[in-house]
Amino acid sequence: MIHTQRWIVWLFVGPAVFLILFFLTYPTLMTIVRSFYGKGTQIFGSTATLVGLSNWKFVFTNPTMLAALRNNALWTIVFTICTVTCGLLLAVLLDRVRYEKVVKSIIFIPAAISMVGAAVIWKFVYAYRPVDLPQIGVVNALMVACGKEPVGWLIERPWINNLALIVVGIWIWTGFCMVIFSAAYKSIPEDIIEAARTDGANEWQIFGKITLPLMTPTIAVVTTTMIVQVLKIFDIVFVMTHGAYDTEVIASRMYKEMFSFYNYGRASAIAVVLLFLIAPVMIFNIRRFTRQEEKCA
Amino acid sequence: MKRFLRFLAAINFTIFSATSAPASEVTVMHGWPAQQGAAFEKIVRAFMHEHPGVEVIVEVVGRDRPAFLATRLAAGNPPDLTPHPWLGRQTEWAQNNQIVCLDGLVDPSELLDALRPFGYVDGKLYGLFVFPNIKSLVWYNKGQFARKRYRPPVSWDAMIALSDKIVADGGTPWAIGLESGAASGWPGSDWIEDIMLRAAGPQLYDKWVQHEIPWTHPSVRRAFQYFGQIVLNPDYVFGGPTGALTTNFGDSPSALFTQPPRALMHRQATFIQGFIRTQNRGLVAGKDYDIFPFPPIDPSAVEPVPILVGGDVVNCFARRPEVIEFAKFLISKEAQEIWIKELGELSSNKRTNPALFTNPVTRKAWDILSDATISRYDASDMMPGAVGTGSFWSGVLDFVSGIPLNRVLEKIEESAQDAYSSN
Repeated sequence: MIHTQRWIVWLFVGPAVFLILFFLTYPTLMTIVRSFYGKGTQIFGSTATLVGLSNWKFVFTNPTMLAALRNNALWTIVFTICTVTCGLLLAVLLDRVRYEKVVKSIIFIPAAISMVGAAVIWKFVYAYRPVDLPQIGVVNALMVACGKEPVGWLIERPWINNLALIVVGIWIWTGFCMVIFSAAYKSIPEDIIEAARTDGANEWQIFGKITLPLMTPTIAVVTTTMIVQVLKIFDIVFVMTHGAYDTEVIASRMYKEMFSFYNYGRASAIAVVLLFLIAPVMIFNIRRFTRQEEKCA
Repeated sequence: MKRFLRFLAAINFTIFSATSAPASEVTVMHGWPAQQGAAFEKIVRAFMHEHPGVEVIVEVVGRDRPAFLATRLAAGNPPDLTPHPWLGRQTEWAQNNQIVCLDGLVDPSELLDALRPFGYVDGKLYGLFVFPNIKSLVWYNKGQFARKRYRPPVSWDAMIALSDKIVADGGTPWAIGLESGAASGWPGSDWIEDIMLRAAGPQLYDKWVQHEIPWTHPSVRRAFQYFGQIVLNPDYVFGGPTGALTTNFGDSPSALFTQPPRALMHRQATFIQGFIRTQNRGLVAGKDYDIFPFPPIDPSAVEPVPILVGGDVVNCFARRPEVIEFAKFLISKEAQEIWIKELGELSSNKRTNPALFTNPVTRKAWDILSDATISRYDASDMMPGAVGTGSFWSGVLDFVSGIPLNRVLEKIEESAQDAYSSN
């Protein structure tokens, strides 16, 4: 009897375990091992030799890598704060207007555009042409209309170009945050808010003492999702500047080391760094999720 | 029912005939855009017409071809042959025995003297040069030059004097465009290579490519300074340095042909003629625009002036006779002439009929190429990728965007020390 049960258990769990081992665990371990080997496209063998920690040293000392780490930090802070804050404000404020659906749809549209598509669009938005020529980019056309000189938005380092790229990310993801927050906001029971109003609370107090605490789980989930998204940021940078002018991020550097410079060892080390940066956020997310499950059960 | 049987028979027949046809296939991978792709198709059809038993399967990989090819090679599944511009890879593949040594299989004697050497690795023939480009050319607005009585300069100093004169006359001498998506910066690397070849000479150029001199070497620094003399001067370049950084290389020469022209000169390889003609319809070659060779810099240097070339070498990953036969065909007079007839570009075959160059500008370029005795290949394509397509290009962008030259060169040197080492 017990025997049969075990057999059935493996029948159900087996495929999932196999897939995870083969497609996740094995590649992850191989990537970690490969990060201690030198350049070349072979996984192991004649062209790849053991180099110890030199790939890791590169990751934490090379100036371009340091710029990439700094930019990722900048992305993480600015992008996460802006998407979450804007998403939350929009969700709460738009709940009160008649044309809510229309506005929310418009703000949500960018989430449906591919990252590469969005990057190409914004490359045009930021386009720069010399003063004599008509500006084809919206931003510089406005600058010129206001009597100012056009700006090379993607070239001015280190702040303007990086922030210009981050704005693209915010444009894409704010709609997503807003939709999730909106759902959470609408699920707050009306009677609690009514009761607070009856007790004389103003709108700010309601927002600070009722809405926010009730939405905390959602905010945590959205924030961590955004952090995971932004740590992996690649497409926008790759399409718009290709990491030039100090706009490099971790993932774009990883791609270059792997596919342009054929240094699989170094690319692996960078990949592992990215994994270690993302892992704690994922663990936090999963913990929170299971705790909630327990609460529900 | 009868009809159905006939239908079945037809299917059977096709299957049968497909399997019974001589099954020799040649797979070739290229990355050319539509127009060149169509011209290559014609070459392929001409080959299949002459060799009825062979089917050539063309695979077009337009983006990220190096990455794609590297993956296929690592998997042991490369195409039979591929034309490509990465001479550094050719060396690596030859040393790893991944490509076929063509000594004794192909006779390269019909290739132009300026191009044949680029197929050799350690004295052995591995690559066949096809579809060349000369990079050492300056395109200029001939009509405007005639009106203002400007003469094509014959030395660097004369070129600077001319630039000053154009500025004094209220014009802008240069159009420079360095933007090229993932490859941004390469037009600037071409400038520096051309200058290096002239100011430091071919021997130092080779040492520079092999990293036998560091990037901080005075000759490299001087090459950047010469380039900076033009590109960093806001009066010389249309749009100034920011304009150079943000303008796409293909759009850049159009500034020569606006009304009034916003610039008069543009340094670029022969291929740019296609861009000029499609973006500015109605221009007459040799009348509205023309070329002059990028002038010598060091007046004491030995004649003749070396030329910088680009283009593709064909490497074979398979040794089968039909593959070698196709490679041979690609460098033949016949195939090269199809290419020039379709595209108006240059040929790598000595026996090419010069009368086929109906465009006087292309004819001029052909004369420069076929007469050249000293030539060098695009350095950035011969250096390890991390330098040639990495820190060199980004270094050019850094330099033009105002980063001090010392810092730019030190950064490239740091990556070079790492990239040229074996691990």
